[in-house]
Amino acid sequence: MMSGTSYCPNTPEEIREMLASIGVASVDDLFRPIPAGLRARSFDLPEGMSEFEMLRHFQALAGKNAQHLTSFVGGGFYDHLIPTVVDHLSGRAEFYTAYTPYQPECSQGTLQALFEYQTAICRLTGMEVSNASLYDGGTALAEAALMALRVTGRSRLVIDGAVNPLHREIVRTYLSGLDVELVEIGPKLGMEDDARLRAAIDDATAAVIVQNPNFFGSVSDFRRLAEEAHAAGALLVVSAYPVALGLVESPGAMGADIVVGDGQSLGNPLSFGGPSFGFIATRKGYIRNLPGRIIGETVDREGRRGFVLTLQAREQHIKRHKATSNICSNQSLCALRGLIFLSALGREGFAELARLNYDKAEYAKSVLGGLSGVEVMNGSATFNEFTLCLRKNADEVVAGLLKRGVAAGVPLGPYYPDMGNCLVVTVTEKRTREEIDTFARQLEGVLWS
Amino acid sequence: MELIYEQSRSGRRGVRLPASDVPAAAGLPAALARSEAALLPEVSELDVVRHFTNLSRQNFSVDTHFYPLGSCTMKYNAKAIEEAAKLFAPFHPMVPLLPGGSSFSQGCLGLAHELGSALAEITGMDEVTTQPLAGAHGEMTGIMLIAAYHKAKGNKKRYVVVPDSSHGTNPASAAMVGYEIITVPTAPYGDMDLDRYREVMTDEVAAVMMTCPNTLGLFNPHIKEICDIAHDHDALMYYDGANLNAILGKVRPGDVGFDVIHVNLHKTFGTPHGGGGPGSGPVGVKKQLVPFLPDPRIVKHDDGSYAVDTAHHRASIGRTAGFFGNFGVMARAFAYITMLGRQGLIEVSEQAVLNANYVMSRLKDVYDLPYDQTCMHECVFSAGRQVKNGVHAIDIAKFLIDRGYHPPTVYFPLIVKEAIMIEPTETESKETLDAFITVMREAAELAEKEPAAFAEMPKTMPVTRLDETRAAREQNVSYFGC
Amino acid sequence: METYFTKEHEWVKIKEGVAAVGISEYAAHQLGDVTFVELPQVGKSVKQFEVLAAIESVKAASDIYAPVSGTVTRVNEALNDRPEIVNEAAEDAGWVAWIEMADPAELKNLMTREQYDDYLKGLE
Repeated sequence: MMSGTSYCPNTPEEIREMLASIGVASVDDLFRPIPAGLRARSFDLPEGMSEFEMLRHFQALAGKNAQHLTSFVGGGFYDHLIPTVVDHLSGRAEFYTAYTPYQPECSQGTLQALFEYQTAICRLTGMEVSNASLYDGGTALAEAALMALRVTGRSRLVIDGAVNPLHREIVRTYLSGLDVELVEIGPKLGMEDDARLRAAIDDATAAVIVQNPNFFGSVSDFRRLAEEAHAAGALLVVSAYPVALGLVESPGAMGADIVVGDGQSLGNPLSFGGPSFGFIATRKGYIRNLPGRIIGETVDREGRRGFVLTLQAREQHIKRHKATSNICSNQSLCALRGLIFLSALGREGFAELARLNYDKAEYAKSVLGGLSGVEVMNGSATFNEFTLCLRKNADEVVAGLLKRGVAAGVPLGPYYPDMGNCLVVTVTEKRTREEIDTFARQLEGVLWS
Repeated sequence: MELIYEQSRSGRRGVRLPASDVPAAAGLPAALARSEAALLPEVSELDVVRHFTNLSRQNFSVDTHFYPLGSCTMKYNAKAIEEAAKLFAPFHPMVPLLPGGSSFSQGCLGLAHELGSALAEITGMDEVTTQPLAGAHGEMTGIMLIAAYHKAKGNKKRYVVVPDSSHGTNPASAAMVGYEIITVPTAPYGDMDLDRYREVMTDEVAAVMMTCPNTLGLFNPHIKEICDIAHDHDALMYYDGANLNAILGKVRPGDVGFDVIHVNLHKTFGTPHGGGGPGSGPVGVKKQLVPFLPDPRIVKHDDGSYAVDTAHHRASIGRTAGFFGNFGVMARAFAYITMLGRQGLIEVSEQAVLNANYVMSRLKDVYDLPYDQTCMHECVFSAGRQVKNGVHAIDIAKFLIDRGYHPPTVYFPLIVKEAIMIEPTETESKETLDAFITVMREAAELAEKEPAAFAEMPKTMPVTRLDETRAAREQNVSYFGC
Repeated sequence: METYFTKEHEWVKIKEGVAAVGISEYAAHQLGDVTFVELPQVGKSVKQFEVLAAIESVKAASDIYAPVSGTVTRVNEALNDRPEIVNEAAEDAGWVAWIEMADPAELKNLMTREQYDDYLKGLE
């Protein structure tokens, strides 16, 4: 047996002592409960290497990605600034290498941080209760749909076609084995009107599901939709982009019953799609129907404040197949990053960040929208994304601009077949005026070449 | 400690943002604009640093304490894998989905694909999807694949069979896909009762979900027979990979007869647990399930390049998460596999099993061992003997906290009363184990001599025992309940 | 008033065709501090031994089964605010629901207090 190649510290002498204590002659004897016929038929992997060699290998691998794309791509993941303290503090080993805080007395760090996180999510969304995180925005939306079915005891869902198509696909997948009717209302780009959504609500509807800003970037007022949903006994589920909540009215104030979203923008790197975190918040009366872990405040024997995992009897490790969800591991560390991000920016800083995104996107919208062969499609206000209709097929335009080092946005054709010339452009605070102006010139070049 | 919100002072600023280089735009219409800024903390950067640094110091963690939390595989997390993952932090997951975009993401796509290939070899499966974001998410994905398989064949299936020793996620995941659950009890020898299993197996069973070794740390010698019986009814075998650390290089679930497996990268493949996540739960399948794998799929061309197949496959279950999985976790796991290599991974299972059996051998004279046989990567004691003096497993856990050890798992598995489930992992040395054994023996001795002493433990932490009943009744889950 | 018990530790007391239902003191003790009782809807019709309600403590969750078939006519709303009543008086003020009995003959499927006490001894 080799030693030390896999962070195993025991010396050959120690291994001999341990075997003697157990009363066996060799480590192989410990694998005797495994019938001989079941042993691995193959285990064909390369031999290991030192961390230095591994890192050289990984540098080469990472180098195969395009390094200098100027990105106007969003679609659910956003390129935002991350304050230095986020990496520094979330990387503290005591947070990083702990697990779920089952033993509260030696886990108050994680527990208090997650309680503070839940508070931040409530305050951002305008809701009363939040859990301690879900996997990501798309799965959080699917969990919200399932939660609405539990709360209302109904089996019909209405979803706006302007919800992120990737997220809608996740919802469809989650519901596929269940006896649930999912009604998708096709969007009419440029006509931000929820009349068709409102008309689709009936007495069997558990929830109507919308996104704000929607996939095209449009910001909407859902107060009337909320009223009509409630009148029919249905819930309003809103998927929200957290950075927009620095400027846009909270879903809670608009009457939402369940609010979800993806927390990637709050201090988590793009990292090719994960890990980020999903958030979910709701009204106090629905707390037992929330999926996942929840942290609660309590006191110790001396009356000091402390925090514990609470309402665990809803969860899979106790309630098994009757649990509110199967979720076990969540995204605690990413949620912690979100909390540190929000704390470091603070009340004014976060509003300023949102304003910066809005101003840059408005500038880009006016510059790009002013080009010949380009039309801005949004019929209402937008936040940091907007949709352009181009004189050419957007797939071709995006492919052409990629070659020039610009990721121009998300073409809509693959998701909405009748919108082949449309492009969703995202402008975060990281894009400079110069980059926007250059993009405009390049877009014009590709459109008229 | 004060909450960050309690340190807030109106007007105090933290991190400064870049100045705007574009004109200020007209604001949003009043109906859309936020009426009041969210009440986030107003603190300085130093306030933030001090607060979270001090909070972190209230945690036990692998880097600071021995953490033998059974079923969770709390091994050492190599620091080099952090550097490896950072190399991939700036890349946007939408880029390869853009027309012509694959060629701009060759490194990321390659890593995901090669990780999948390595996991397929390790588990004996034909193909792997890295999309699921955690173990339970992998279970749900796997059961959806099984449902799609049965649907395509026209099979009428209603049930998923699980042993009563299973992780709670197994029945919960199967229920999410719409199946009813049949639970099979554990026989006195510590494995699923074979006779009862045969009785419940009908053509209406869609799948059998097993952990092997099971949550008692025991390898089921009848596992092949269990697979054969399931297959006789065209039920598929699901392998919960939570305990894969025990059998790396020794057994491959695919060779044994399992059809679907999920792997917990944050357990077996050494990525940090992060206080509860992120995890990552890639799913491996046998050939007959490949058509049903989630979209989008990463493919490797003959010229060695990678591409995203964005077509909607007719038979696919759809999409279970946004993109290609928790990529940052996948990168760390692939770095771990790359460093350890074939021989290193075999050593992992050997040393993990050696460490667990050593702890078991040194404690079984003072704690009840309900299933006294060679264990795999973890062993499950019962505090039954101590309970006679009024000392419960949870009391022993609190004693350990005062002595500087994270306690073993004590509420699980549900089939052992007063369970104490110890998983030392391979990265702990004999000295650490010996010190832990000494303290565990002291606990047993104290339970004999002075059982009342446990009631006040732990005494050395920032808080003493917390009133969990009050938390559940009051449901105060947000500061000022706002 | 005669009290009957089930193997799942529910009790039922009969008065003029109406059955008051709750969980036994033994069950309440086993659960520990009760934190929540999920009450059935008034008007719900239930069959004997099917799920009627659910009860939770900090680390356990369990279903409450209907000891008799019938229609739920009243539920103990006081448990919404003070679930601990179940611990304080499981077989009295901690009642869960009233069921208008559909078939009094079902009582023969239940245990008398004496039989239940013997049953509990067998569990130890």
